[in-house]
Parts: sequence; C-alpha cells; structure tokens
Amino acid sequence: MKLTTRGIINTILFVFLGSLPFLTDWMGDSFYTGLTSRILILAIAATSLNLLIGYGGMVSFGHAAYIGIGAYVVGIGAFHAFEDGIDWMLNGYVQLIAALLASALIALIIGAISLRTHGVYFIMITMAFSQMLYFTAVGIETYGADDGLTIYARSDMLGLIDLNDEKSLYYLIFFSLVFVLYFMHRLIGSEFGAVIRGSRSNEARMRAIGFSPYKYRLVAFVIAGTIAGYAGFLMANLSDFVSPSILHWTRSGDLIIMIVLGGIGNLFGPLYGAIAFVMLEELLSSIPLTIGGLSVGEYWQLIFGPLLIFVVLYARNGIDSFLPGARKNHDGA
Amino acid sequence: MNWLLMLEQVLNGFQLGLLLFLLAAGLTLVFGIMDMINLAHGSLYMMGAYFCATFTGWTGSFLIGAVLTLPAVFLLGIVVEVIALRSLYARDHLDQVLATFGLILFFNEATRLIWGPIGLSIPLPAFLNQTVEIIPGAPYPTFRLAIIVVGCLVAALLYYIVSKTRLGMLIRAGASNREMIGALGINIKLLFTLVFGLGAALAGLAGLMAGPILSVEIGMGESILILTLVVIVIGGIGSIKGAFIAAIIVGLIDTVGRSFLPEILRLILSDDSAATAAPAISSMLIYLLMALVLAIKPQGLFPPKGVGR
Repeated sequence: MKLTTRGIINTILFVFLGSLPFLTDWMGDSFYTGLTSRILILAIAATSLNLLIGYGGMVSFGHAAYIGIGAYVVGIGAFHAFEDGIDWMLNGYVQLIAALLASALIALIIGAISLRTHGVYFIMITMAFSQMLYFTAVGIETYGADDGLTIYARSDMLGLIDLNDEKSLYYLIFFSLVFVLYFMHRLIGSEFGAVIRGSRSNEARMRAIGFSPYKYRLVAFVIAGTIAGYAGFLMANLSDFVSPSILHWTRSGDLIIMIVLGGIGNLFGPLYGAIAFVMLEELLSSIPLTIGGLSVGEYWQLIFGPLLIFVVLYARNGIDSFLPGARKNHDGA
Repeated sequence: MNWLLMLEQVLNGFQLGLLLFLLAAGLTLVFGIMDMINLAHGSLYMMGAYFCATFTGWTGSFLIGAVLTLPAVFLLGIVVEVIALRSLYARDHLDQVLATFGLILFFNEATRLIWGPIGLSIPLPAFLNQTVEIIPGAPYPTFRLAIIVVGCLVAALLYYIVSKTRLGMLIRAGASNREMIGALGINIKLLFTLVFGLGAALAGLAGLMAGPILSVEIGMGESILILTLVVIVIGGIGSIKGAFIAAIIVGLIDTVGRSFLPEILRLILSDDSAATAAPAISSMLIYLLMALVLAIKPQGLFPPKGVGR
C-alpha cells in the first residue's frame, strides 16, 4: 500500500483521535472527550447516510429517524427497568439487539415504500416518514412526550465494558467508527457496492445487464438505517437523555450538511464533515463579538445559514477538495 | 356522534385544507416549472405572519396590514430568488435541499433577532372576531369562515390565471418544456422570478391568515412545510389540480381524524389505551394516507402530463 499525503493526513487524524482521552487527561479538561464522542457518533451516522447519498444517489432526508429509534430503545429500556423494576430491559445486549432490529425493521418498511419513488419524491417521502415518527414520539405521553426521557442508568454491558466510564465509552465509540468505516470500505468495493454505485450513474444500463436496482437499494437502505440505529444507541448512552428533537427533520438536515461539508462520495468525508460541523457550531456560537449590544455568537445560525449556501454554490466538494490528491471532477450525486 | 360538532370539524378541516393549498400551489408551481425544491417556502409563510403582525401594529387595522403584507412578501420572494435561488435551478436536488435549508436557518435566526424569541399575536377587527350561526344552533367563528371564502376565491383566481391567461399559458408551457419556451423568445428568467414571487405571495397570504388562529412564532413554517410536502406528493408534484384535491383531503383527514379518532378507538380498545394511542395514531393518519397513495400510484394522484420522472 502506497502512502499518499492524503493517507498520512488521515493516519495523523486517527492517531490523534485514538489518543485523545489521554491528551485531555494531560490537559486536565475532559470536556473535549465528551465533545469528540459526540462528533464520532455523528460521524458514524453520517457515514451510514453517505452510503445512500454519496454512493447510491438516494437523498434520504429522514436519517435522524433511525438514530432516534436506537436512542429511544435505550431510553425505554432504562425507563422500564427504573420504573417497573424489569431488570433485563437494562441489559445492554438486549438493548443493542432491540435497537438494531427496530431500526432495521423500520428502515425496511420506510425503504420499501419510499424506494418505489425517485428524485424529489424520495426526498420528501423520507422526510415525511421521519416527521411521522417524530410526531409519534411527541404523542406518547408514557415516554415523556415533548419533554423526552432522562436515562437514569446507562446500558449494562455485564462487566465487559463500563459505559459509565467516559474513557471506555469513548473507545467503544472510536472503535465502532473504525469498524463502520472498514465495513463501508469493503461494502463499497464489493459487487453489492458496484451495483449500488452503478444504479446511481446509469439505472437503465444496470437493468440491462440483469440487476434489479430496487432490491439492492432496499438492502443498502436497511444497512444504513441499522448503522444509524447503532449510532442512536451510543448517543443515548452518551447524553443520558432522549427526546423527540433527536429525530426532528432538521437533525436529518444536519447529517446531510456533514456529508456535503466533508465531500460527497468519499469514505472519510462524513468524518471530516462531522468534525467541521460541530467545530463550526462551537466556534460560531462562541464568537466574542458584540455589535450594538447584541452578541453575534447567540445568533450564529445567521452566519451558518449563508455559509451553507456558499459551500453549496462555490465549494461543491467540501473539505475533500482542500486535501491533496482530490479528484478533479466531482461525478455528481 | 354529535353532528353539529362533526359539521364544525369538517369546516375546520376545509379551512386547514385551503391554507395548505395556498402553500402547496406555490411550491408545486416552483417545482413544476423550475424543477426546484424549495424548503424555505415555509419561511415565506412565517414572514407573511410576522409582516402582518407588524403592519397591523403600525396601522392598527388587520385589513390594511394584510393588504400591505402581500406585496412585501412578493418582493421578499423576488429578492430571495435573485440573490440565492437563481443559481440553483441547474443544480441537483441535493444542492437545492441544502441551500434552502441554509435559508431556513437564516430566516429563523433573523426573525429571532428582529422580532425576539417570544411569539406575536395578530389582533382581529370586531367583525372578524365573532361567531355566526351557519345553521341554527351551530355557531362558527367569522374569521375561519373568511379564510374559507378567501381560500376558495384565490383557488378560483389561480385556476383562471393558469388556464385562461397568457401568463398561465407561459407557466404551463414552462412546466412541459423549459428550453423550448426559452427558444421561442420568452424571457424565462423573468418568468421564473415572477412565478417565485407569486408563490411567495400565496405563502404569505396563508401565513397572515393562519397568524390570528395559530400563534405567530419562529418555526411555524417548518411544521406546515412538512404537511405541504405531503400534500404535493399525494397530489402529484407540479399539478395545481392535484394540490387542491390533496390539500382538502389532507386537511379533512387530519382535522376530523384528530377529533373523532379517540371515540372510534374507544369502541375497540379500553378507555385508557384509547386515550394513549389516539394522539399518536391521529398524527400518523396523513402519512399513512401518503404511503397508501404512493404504494398504488408512485407519481401521486394527478401526475402532470409529459413528466416521466
């Protein structure tokens, strides 16, 4: 394997991320471990969405729904364990399997209907379905409705990993991301990945050589949903809280922003995008500038919104295009 | 079942349907002729409500406020089109979704900056703020009745413009073949800008009429945007007729479902579980409808002719 400049940059990033908890220990400020945990979870979710948008050309605008499902499984498990004394519902493995199955099943149903449509219909339908789940979460009084659920106990992994320990949780998230990236790399290189990519560039030709894109797309949709559900499982354990806002459609928009910021259809793009997104959010909202008695940082989206339009109009390949060895031609999505 | 209550709910559903139609008409026109998905359409609805609240405050009259709001939102729509959206027509839908998402963030934040985080209310004049008996024993608010009348008038006017006037002819021609009408010497840029402004004004009209009933607040555009998307997906993107029929269906099902589902569920389930399940199920109703329609007709009920997408 030839080491390119780009490869070196990626390696440095992963070494940095891998040693981060010790760096923050050394700095005596564990705030950044929590912040980076959040970034990496978002990166996992964005990577799964990149399979659909970047490689498959399926602009799903409801991906936050699966994060929400994964997170709600943890929340509901902890709720019943705490309120009704049902101990097995706090079992992390039960929660994990339930989170994966639930998100896969919902992705299967939503995908089966949505993938019958194309283009703008697909965007709107995935968005509408995620809003349906959002309103469902808002409507269920038992699980806190609008206010959400506070998770009093994190998933019990039976002594294998202690999720209450910030460092263990961080490494679980970090290695999950590494695994998801590796899995995605293999998946995209496989025949399955070739069909997914081929159906994006030329669906008619794909049919002509004997593949039915629908089935492959549906499988990709379910895989992406399941990985996002896993991200939700991690997110609930990180934030000890789950509320309907986690599956609001604007959260799905955030994930798409991350993918575009990082560079579409690039394996590491979503990771860079997630870092850039959260950093921008943190930086812009803490601008110390005050104009006419109004703090600029408080209205950071006033800057972020136009910035987004600017990126879309003038920097199509996002961060990817600034890294050395970028592809000259972006082949569309 | 209480028939008077039923009648009131049907009228409410009709009124919601007409509001949705005003939004859906603009969105579906913009999509139909420019192949452009505009998520910020809900923001124009919100601006309509805020402008109206402000103008009503200045002039002391809701009617004058409303009349001033329409050209204001029309102009705002044109400014947004010229500055931000014009360069997006040739881009793919992902770019359009993202850029207009950026616009939503901008509008919400700008609104919070200008009008503050607390919602506003729009005071109604006395003659709109009372009830009339539509049939003996069934009082109904005059303002809601006014919304129904205005909605029907605008729908008729829109039908007339699109099917009988030169502008409408150009719009229809643009929807079926953009390059061709450009080649025939029509200033297509100007046409796009005008249509966008028209759509914005319709959204503003919906916003100023919804303002006094719901509250004028940040984010009001987003919840109704999703409903509007459902409407145009069910109706068939690009079809005004489809948008009208789907809007009325969605309005009726949503409103009537919300008020009668608990009673219906109580017939099957225990009181307790009916009370728990009803709110969740009734908010899912229209999405189930959408899924059903798409399962049978993936292009919506009235796919516009000549669109093979």
